[in-house]
Amino acid sequence: MIFSLVGYYSLILGLIIGISLFFLSFKNFNNSNILDKKLLSFTFLQLFFVVISFFCLISSFIVSDFSNETVFNNSHTTKPLFYKISGTWGNHEGSLLLWLLVLTLFIFLFLIRSKNQPVKYKILTLVFQQIIIVGFFLFLIQTSNPFNYIFPTPLEGLGLNPILQDPALAIHPPILYLGYVGSSIIFSSVLAATSLKIISTNWALHIKKWILISWIFLTLGILLGSIWAYYELGWGGFWFWDPVENVSLMPWLALTTLLHCILVLEKKAILTSWVIILSIATFTLSMSGTFLVRSGILNSVHTFANDPERGLFILIFLFILILLSILIFFFFHKEDNKKSYSFFWLSKETSILINNWFMMYFLSVVLIGTVYPIFLDVISSQKISVGPPFYHKLIIPFLIPFLIMMAIGPKLKWIKSQIIDKLYLISFLIISILLSFLILKNFSQNILINTILISSALYLFFITLRDFFIKKYNNISQNIAHFGFSLLILSILFNNLFSSEIITNLKVGESFENSKTKIVFESINQKKEKNYNAIIANFSVQNYLGEKDKLSPELRIYNQPVIATSEADIKTTLISDKFIVINLVQNQDYFNVRYQVKSFMVWIWLSVVLISFGGIISFLKKRS
Amino acid sequence: MYGRKVKLRFLFIIIILITLILTTFMILKSLEENVVYFQSPTEIKSLSEIDNSKIRVGGMVKKNSISINSNEVNFIITDFKNEINVIYKGAVPNLFAEGKGVVAEGFLKDRNFFSATKILAKHDENYMPREVKEALEDK
Repeated sequence: MIFSLVGYYSLILGLIIGISLFFLSFKNFNNSNILDKKLLSFTFLQLFFVVISFFCLISSFIVSDFSNETVFNNSHTTKPLFYKISGTWGNHEGSLLLWLLVLTLFIFLFLIRSKNQPVKYKILTLVFQQIIIVGFFLFLIQTSNPFNYIFPTPLEGLGLNPILQDPALAIHPPILYLGYVGSSIIFSSVLAATSLKIISTNWALHIKKWILISWIFLTLGILLGSIWAYYELGWGGFWFWDPVENVSLMPWLALTTLLHCILVLEKKAILTSWVIILSIATFTLSMSGTFLVRSGILNSVHTFANDPERGLFILIFLFILILLSILIFFFFHKEDNKKSYSFFWLSKETSILINNWFMMYFLSVVLIGTVYPIFLDVISSQKISVGPPFYHKLIIPFLIPFLIMMAIGPKLKWIKSQIIDKLYLISFLIISILLSFLILKNFSQNILINTILISSALYLFFITLRDFFIKKYNNISQNIAHFGFSLLILSILFNNLFSSEIITNLKVGESFENSKTKIVFESINQKKEKNYNAIIANFSVQNYLGEKDKLSPELRIYNQPVIATSEADIKTTLISDKFIVINLVQNQDYFNVRYQVKSFMVWIWLSVVLISFGGIISFLKKRS
Repeated sequence: MYGRKVKLRFLFIIIILITLILTTFMILKSLEENVVYFQSPTEIKSLSEIDNSKIRVGGMVKKNSISINSNEVNFIITDFKNEINVIYKGAVPNLFAEGKGVVAEGFLKDRNFFSATKILAKHDENYMPREVKEALEDK
């Protein structure tokens, strides 16, 4: 009870501070030196109130205070403590409070870390950030208050959706939000810098760290979500081109492009329009992501039950933000034509520009595939969905030049360059092609496209690997990230080519056999836990080499709410994952068994970790 | 007549325009080929012809209609007005049960038989796919 009360009033106080910050800033804008200290303490106070509010919500979850509607809807006394806590952000209200927390945290950190920036710039950044913050305060208090009362107090809660009771998904939202919401500070800062016309190499250097933080968290957040989907949803895939996944990929694509542009801006003071537009795009895409996931507009296999009225609020808010940023862009931004800057067609600038256009193309494909069904539904009420073939067809062919550009681009010099080490470049290309022929000679399907794809990925792989060891280019973060990307594409390709799947229905004691694999369903036993009962099925799987594996997938029936989930059993090795998942069809003796051998699965995760590791190195690197 | 720079710039703009047009065309073309339409059993009954494109069928799994053997699962999808038999080989999601909403993806054999290649999972027992809800409300 007390927690809800304190939490709610903290929110109101935070909102009041947000509004008073506007007045303070406008009143004293020209007298800004006095303001400097005051702003910092006000921002700290706001952060403090949001933190209090957030801890109140966590506490309500820990003590299972069911007079709080959010807790009642999403928790249960029998839940393990860890999931009581993670349940805080496993629901709409709590996750928005987390949004708010990250928003206020980032502006506070930003003010602390930007002591040397012009005062006016700091104030304007704060004002733009406060627009977002106040918007979210209103949204939270108006439409999704996490501290609503229920009277009389229920004795027991409804429980958390069991598929969310999982370690990866417990930390997935906070990490993803750090990335999503981290882009808000880039957005505010870009708007401030544009209005003051101070976009320069210095500014680029200062904002680069913020872009990197956001990018690292976004990358890791997407990775966690993907790993979770792999083992929890029981489909054995890692990416489904599902709308909910796409909305996290889109800001990532924009942010990655922005990261490359800022590197140019930092050195050469060009591509300013790109930087501004991409910063705005990244944040708007993050917000639209929240809007699309939370509004229920998206027709997704991941969709959780939700409320369309909330969507309208975010939509209007989003519209205001976009309008504001477009106005600022057109009224304040003028490309500096005086010191016109030209570069040769073969140069680092050109290669980054080409990279930008490729990324924009990928982004538009994903955007169209995600939004088109909504659009069509609105204008003609026809229900459609866009499946993986659409994305594969449009993205995969373009990966080939993209990968080769990634190998050669970083070797080019600024302004005007020549291709050096021609011999190496060509010999590596030949080696890559030969190698992919060797790998693929036993396959008859799509041999041409696969060979070219694998060749280009191998090419990037070898070039980056060699650069890593000769250390001639001295840009280790870029090197590692690009190497990670080549590894990612390679593992995805191999994963596609070499994976196999068996789906069958078996009773206990039965077995399945084909030319390569024998699956024996040996027995079942039962397990009783505090919050679920489980049926554990014991399988022994023998492959054509005679290797035998014991695999024991589970079928859990949670008590609150009563939902069955399948827990896959996965044997991971460096070469392949053996993945088995079962399901019981209601009132039948048969178990639905799905056995998959997924090649190089672990390398997909590792390569994404490697990519973000490149970002971390760049983040930690001192300015040389 | 014109300087070299102007000519180059002109060429550049033309190339960009052509690329843009081609890309748009390509995206639209591939959208057209790859979208999956959603249909209710009633809509299927009134189809004038059966083509072999992939579609989604949604509705409720009819009570006592699931039967299973070692390599396939059969059931009936109903929108309480019309129904359609589904033959499915593959993995079933956890929340697949009689009397619950379902969306199946696959190909029509005729107006009464549907061969499914995928049954879509849901995350939440309270959640009903929007199309299914609308299809059921349309009756």
